[in-house]
Amino acid sequence: MSVKPASSNRPLSPFMIGPYYRAQLTSMLSITHRLTGLALAFGTVFLAAWVTAAAAGPDAFAVFADLANSIVGKLLLVAYTWAMLYHLCNGIRHLFWDTGRGFEMKTAYASGYAVIGASVVLTAAVWAFALLV
Amino acid sequence: MSLRSPLSQARGLGSAKEGVGHWWVQRLTAIALVPLSLWFVVSVARFSLFDYATMVAWIKAPLVAVALVLFFVAMIHHAALGVQVVIEDYVGNEGTKLVSIVLAKFALYAVAAASVFAVLKIAFGA
Repeated sequence: MSVKPASSNRPLSPFMIGPYYRAQLTSMLSITHRLTGLALAFGTVFLAAWVTAAAAGPDAFAVFADLANSIVGKLLLVAYTWAMLYHLCNGIRHLFWDTGRGFEMKTAYASGYAVIGASVVLTAAVWAFALLV
Repeated sequence: MSLRSPLSQARGLGSAKEGVGHWWVQRLTAIALVPLSLWFVVSVARFSLFDYATMVAWIKAPLVAVALVLFFVAMIHHAALGVQVVIEDYVGNEGTKLVSIVLAKFALYAVAAASVFAVLKIAFGA
């Protein structure tokens, strides 16, 4: 009994964004949650390299620290910080939704704007703290 | 060979006994990661953790080592569950889907093992 279901030839999400589906704040925050999640999954390799270099000794760590302190390294670190804080803030929004609350249009938009604001402010605060204090 | 139809064989068995498991562990790790990731980001900002001596001294504190191990395990478990859902959603071909999920999970758990080993190696003073 291996009849291919008719649905197997249908296009897969997110084909509809753009031509058939007007993007709004809520859907864009949703896809950003996925994209930052994927980026953070790749980013675990960076964190593993960081502790592994430290475990390997001062010479290996110096190579890693030089790469991380370069301009490109710094920009990636800022992006990584924002991705983590965005995923964290929006993740808390998701956990709140899991209680069955916050789905009204007004509330969903308000929490969405709050997540954008909080992720940017927290990223700025973390880097200001790291560079100035 | 059974004469019963596939539908009647499956009927009444429920959801292969793991219905909400994936969903629940995704939430469990998410809740754990709220304090762990905040602590991690603040620590990296507070200490010069790209300086070898500072970093090693930081990890040698028992509480830091334990929290780092928890952070890596929770984060990578959470990542493995999330990446699986993304692959299931966007990869159409069943074979490619299966191979992608297996490779992603192997890679992520290798990263987890390497990270935990490195933290413990520093903590135990190698």
